[in-house]
Amino acid sequence: MDYFFQQLINGLVLGSIYGLIAIGYTMVYGIVGMINFAHGDIFMIGGFIALITFLVLVSIGLTFVPVILLVVLLVSMAVTALYGWTVERIAYRPLRQSFRLAPMLSAIGMSFVLSNFSQVAQGARVKPIPPVITGGYTLHESAAGFAVQLSNVQIVVVVTTVVLLAIFTWLVARTRFGRDMRACEQDQTMAALLGVDVDRTISMTFVIGAALAAVAGMMYLLYYGLVDFFMGFVAGIKAFTAAVLGGIGSLPGAMLGGLAIGLIETFWSAYCSVEYKDVAAFSILIIVLIFLPTGLLGRPEVEKV
Amino acid sequence: MALPVADRSTAKPTSTFGFIFKKAALSALVALALFSLMIGIRTEAGPSGQLIYWTRFGDLAAIVAAVFVGSILIELLRQWLGPAGTRTIVPPRITEGLSVASRFLAPALLVFALLVPVTFYNQRYLLDLGILVLTYVMLGWGLNVVVGLAGLLDLGYVAFYAVGAYSYALLAQYGLPLPLLSTAYPFITVEHLQLGPWAFWVLLPVSGLLAALWGVLLGFPVLRLRGDYLAIVTLAFGEIIRLVILNWQDLTGGPNGISGIPRPTLFGIPLNPGPHGLAGMLGIPFSPTHRLVFLFYLILALALLTNWVAIRLRRLPIGRAWEAMREDEVACRALGINITTTKLSAFATGAMFGGFAGAFFATRQGFISPESFTFQESALVLAIVVLGGMGSQLGVALAALTMIGGFELFRGLEQYRMLVFGGVMVLLMIWRPRGLVGHRAPSVFLHRERTSISSDMVKEGRG
Repeated sequence: MDYFFQQLINGLVLGSIYGLIAIGYTMVYGIVGMINFAHGDIFMIGGFIALITFLVLVSIGLTFVPVILLVVLLVSMAVTALYGWTVERIAYRPLRQSFRLAPMLSAIGMSFVLSNFSQVAQGARVKPIPPVITGGYTLHESAAGFAVQLSNVQIVVVVTTVVLLAIFTWLVARTRFGRDMRACEQDQTMAALLGVDVDRTISMTFVIGAALAAVAGMMYLLYYGLVDFFMGFVAGIKAFTAAVLGGIGSLPGAMLGGLAIGLIETFWSAYCSVEYKDVAAFSILIIVLIFLPTGLLGRPEVEKV
Repeated sequence: MALPVADRSTAKPTSTFGFIFKKAALSALVALALFSLMIGIRTEAGPSGQLIYWTRFGDLAAIVAAVFVGSILIELLRQWLGPAGTRTIVPPRITEGLSVASRFLAPALLVFALLVPVTFYNQRYLLDLGILVLTYVMLGWGLNVVVGLAGLLDLGYVAFYAVGAYSYALLAQYGLPLPLLSTAYPFITVEHLQLGPWAFWVLLPVSGLLAALWGVLLGFPVLRLRGDYLAIVTLAFGEIIRLVILNWQDLTGGPNGISGIPRPTLFGIPLNPGPHGLAGMLGIPFSPTHRLVFLFYLILALALLTNWVAIRLRRLPIGRAWEAMREDEVACRALGINITTTKLSAFATGAMFGGFAGAFFATRQGFISPESFTFQESALVLAIVVLGGMGSQLGVALAALTMIGGFELFRGLEQYRMLVFGGVMVLLMIWRPRGLVGHRAPSVFLHRERTSISSDMVKEGRG
């Protein structure tokens, strides 16, 4: 039972990271109806920016961990958001009136550009960092000596995710931008006629999605202690699976889907086989799309002729 | 949207130097923000595992300057060419000329391909390159059935290539399992038939059929999916196949792959230096080039077979159903076409050719491992089909030649290759979303006249 609880904690932490990435997919799909294939690589860029910022801060003599974390968080969110904006501006905006598959193919190209850019710029080898946040709590210790651990990193990941989600939900539900976004989601032409700057709203959607992906990248770096240029691909597909599982276009659904995928992956690794954990995640994508195409919280798509 | 779009260059008198300069400065500023950390600082794991870094501000300055100058140049070009549109890049007259030339181009290319082993007999490198190009031509034509004709975006095509390659490698290694009705037992026993020199010729169709079977297996679950969703599921399917191959070590050797795959024979006659080899039987001195020439003609024949079948299928009811489905699935269903069989047959046909190509790949290399079947390979084949204009047979062949030839030209710049490849894909979608020789005429017309429909005018169906 203790083993189960330990896996539950690990799964929830992994799930929050997936959930943060999944929000970017689901927002973009909701507003422009395309799968932003490069989003996984935006997450990877976020991880790299966090790593480099961390290294610079440490080398200039900053030692107070909370300040380091805060600066790294802000810098990586800002820079990665700029990446998201640039990608939209270069690769997606000119294609808005193009045929349906064009943005998808362009996004695949952009994904190659981003991952190979960071390979060229930062080298192909895995970049490890020493653990930044150490320590933790033992929640329960069984007679057999197995202890359920809750490490401080895990607490930081979950708390950051919850705080950011609260801010994000407020942004979408209460602000002018959120209203514009929801309006564009329903009908872009109508929104434009009523004075909503559609281009800017779509840009902002990409910017926010990228900022959240940057947070996920930084959490990944803190939790696993490494980044590499290829990590965006698999994480991206899993996060997309999470978005589909939760119902694409639905923001709470993305988070829920992320948690579900994190839990499934962790339990699969713990009880079945580690080698096939990615296979399990990809199979879920296929199964969900066949049996539950609208996801857990999604609305059914009406087929218009 | 039918809103009249104002001509931007006349609406805004912005061709002033100040505007261009401001825009370039802004681009340079964005570039500075983007690259200052990623390029300005280089990290690497040091000798003791500790992460170290050094600065590269020179490179950073060079890149920012390049963005500044490039931005000015692009803006000047844009104002010189007028508003961007697909038609300004390749004028309609040239497109027409191309379609006339293409009638002569295809036979010319075929003759050239047939003569390659004769002309370049002494240049092994070129022969090898030719074989590689033809493999991708074949893969492109196979995927074209799925993407170009049936309009189903398949991002996991490499899975069928892998199935074909592994089917051939494993069956050649273990022998073909034949279920035999044994008289001694009331059960069916399985006997492994070793195929010897005929292995390739027996297993080539078997690999194709197995790949087609997997195509149908993939097709069933995705019958109801469209567009983007279909693309992602096929991608997941391709990854699942690769991961299973990678992890099922007992059967596939995992990351070590399978080596010692039997080489092809000329209908039973091996191409080796022994007395029973082809050279020995003909009484000529043995040369390893013989095998290359043989492989070249083999893949040429396989590719032409793919092309011929695809062209013939287009004229059959099933091919027309594919094209109808590509243009509008709902209308197609309303007309009573069975979408299930139409989709499954497209997947199976495309997969079968992928399987043939895979078996050829395995026999050519003599060694296969999961590394050859990554998503990049799928994307490359898809890029060939897209560049070739989705549906045009000649376009795909030219695109394969350009892509693979281009990759070879930049072989020295290995690490920039995929970077450029991705960038080209993005630019292609922006400038020529219909491919460079985009030409997608429906095969059937109501009236006798065959007006060629330029790709610029064809709107995508909801495929």
